[in-house]
Amino acid sequence: MTQDGVNKGRRRFLMGATGVMGAAGGVGVAWPLLASWQPSERAKAVGAPVTVDIGNLEPGEMISIEWRGKPIFIVHRTPEMLETLRSDELRGRLSDPDSGNADQQPEYARNDVRSREEEILVVEGFCTHLGCAPQFRPEVAPQTFDDNWLGGFFCACHGSRFDMAGRVFRGVPAPSNLAVPPHFREGNLLTVGEDGETA
Amino acid sequence: MSNQDKDGLMGWIDARLPVTRTIEKHVTKYYAPKNFNFFYVFGVLAMLVFVNQIVTGIWLTMKYVPSAEEAFRSVEYIMRDVEWGWLIRYMHSTGASMFFVVIYLHMFRALLYGSYQKPRELVWIFGMLLYLLLMAEAFMGYVLPWGQMSYWGAQVIISLFGAVPVIGEPLVEWIRGDYLISGATLNRFFALHVIALPLVLALLVFLHIVALHEVGSNNPDGIDIKKDLDENGVPRDGIPFHPYYTIGKDLVGVIIFLMVFCGIIFFFPTAGGFFLETANFEPADPLTTPENIHPVWYFGAFYSILRAMDFDLFFIEAKLLGVLTMGAAIAILFVLPWLDRSPVRSWRYKGMISRVSIVVFAVAFSILTWLGIQPVTTLNTILAQICTAIYFAFFLGMPFYTRYEKTKPVPERVTNR
Repeated sequence: MTQDGVNKGRRRFLMGATGVMGAAGGVGVAWPLLASWQPSERAKAVGAPVTVDIGNLEPGEMISIEWRGKPIFIVHRTPEMLETLRSDELRGRLSDPDSGNADQQPEYARNDVRSREEEILVVEGFCTHLGCAPQFRPEVAPQTFDDNWLGGFFCACHGSRFDMAGRVFRGVPAPSNLAVPPHFREGNLLTVGEDGETA
Repeated sequence: MSNQDKDGLMGWIDARLPVTRTIEKHVTKYYAPKNFNFFYVFGVLAMLVFVNQIVTGIWLTMKYVPSAEEAFRSVEYIMRDVEWGWLIRYMHSTGASMFFVVIYLHMFRALLYGSYQKPRELVWIFGMLLYLLLMAEAFMGYVLPWGQMSYWGAQVIISLFGAVPVIGEPLVEWIRGDYLISGATLNRFFALHVIALPLVLALLVFLHIVALHEVGSNNPDGIDIKKDLDENGVPRDGIPFHPYYTIGKDLVGVIIFLMVFCGIIFFFPTAGGFFLETANFEPADPLTTPENIHPVWYFGAFYSILRAMDFDLFFIEAKLLGVLTMGAAIAILFVLPWLDRSPVRSWRYKGMISRVSIVVFAVAFSILTWLGIQPVTTLNTILAQICTAIYFAFFLGMPFYTRYEKTKPVPERVTNR
């Protein structure tokens, strides 16, 4: 055990114990530094529901409102648009036509046009690729990014395309459909951020 | 002559601090190959720009206000109301772009003459770490004016981390410090840009140079000049860095560089939207994405590689694939010293495949850089995919073509051409 008056076993134990304590102290100091990067209480408090009057929203039009710092697109869809959404021609080009990914919308918007009421589409204008706000491109006409464009949303950042229900096309960088935020409607007033009592 | 023999003030200092010894080792008795060409000026120019960024950065910090409410206004205040504020800011913004011009040429030099090969692997790795941190530094710096491109550039780049499986979303939230890009993000980027990263950069510059001076500089012939020493142990093909290169070459390079640098600052400060993008003269608006959002030109190549991956591969989604490919494009640069199996360093003596590959690679990289600031079209995407394939083929094929191709004989002494 002891060599030349040096107790190597004890020395090794003390070195090890000091090292472990030092490492624990290091983690203890690092933890608050790293955790302080989390959203603050003030940031968490911002995010109350917002309400907007959509009484003047004509068919074919879109308005954009802000909720939790993200743009929310509200589209009043025409019957032709809804018909296109249900066509096999379009559905064949989508990667998730039936909203199989349950995270991207509340249960009440999990249908063939992804809305609570057929005409009114409410989606986050937040590309599921890298968070740009896609552009509303309702016109059915050939585009530089798509020769057979049927109307929808186009993200100019990286060329992701979505249909008039926010469903993502195949072969674009965005992995999933645009998210439908919780929302409900009372008369002309649409509230985004809450499911409402009828949910 | 040893330091102890000296009298006077220098002798007194040298006995306590290795001033003379350090100056001799790194400057007056640092023997650099005598056949340097103009490519060898960019290391010194990078140091010059680094100092420029530090000094002008300190001065900008005196007037800039790092908050979402005040940032944009304070930059305009610097530009319009602060005495000489426009000059200091343009020196900083032009310096950022010129930093990358200089660094890209510096790296291209290393590629041409095999300066990353044994025994300079560590020099290369420190250099790559510098490049990586410089990209982070430039990215965060671009966020600070809080214009449209600042905001949406940050949005896109930070969202890249969301592609990480499982922890992606919480990670993005942690980086942003909020549920969206906000003042919290701006403040931490300011702290990192102004103090944390510059400290690490300065340390890495120090290590880069110490490692270089330990093994000695490479040269356009890729010849090891330390193999041929005279009776005093000085390389026959070496000349002292000072005064031959400091006054004889670098000063000339610095003057030419400063003429270009000042020309841009005085007459062309935004470089037609390349150095300071048009969209960044509008305040950040979280609800409207600019038409064509793209990073500043120096990130163009890697951004193009990210965008080129618009398809799913097996079980990997396009989004993750793009991020992985972009990460791999940077990571592969780090292992370059071990990909090159050629018995010679310089492309002057490498075989035809290597010579052609370097040129094709440089062209592909330039095209990718240009594509990075172009809008997405079908044709651009295909072009980006081809160039991405070339980018990776250059590196992944290197262990094979450098090993089997026929090289030319390397002369004993350096040449002057």
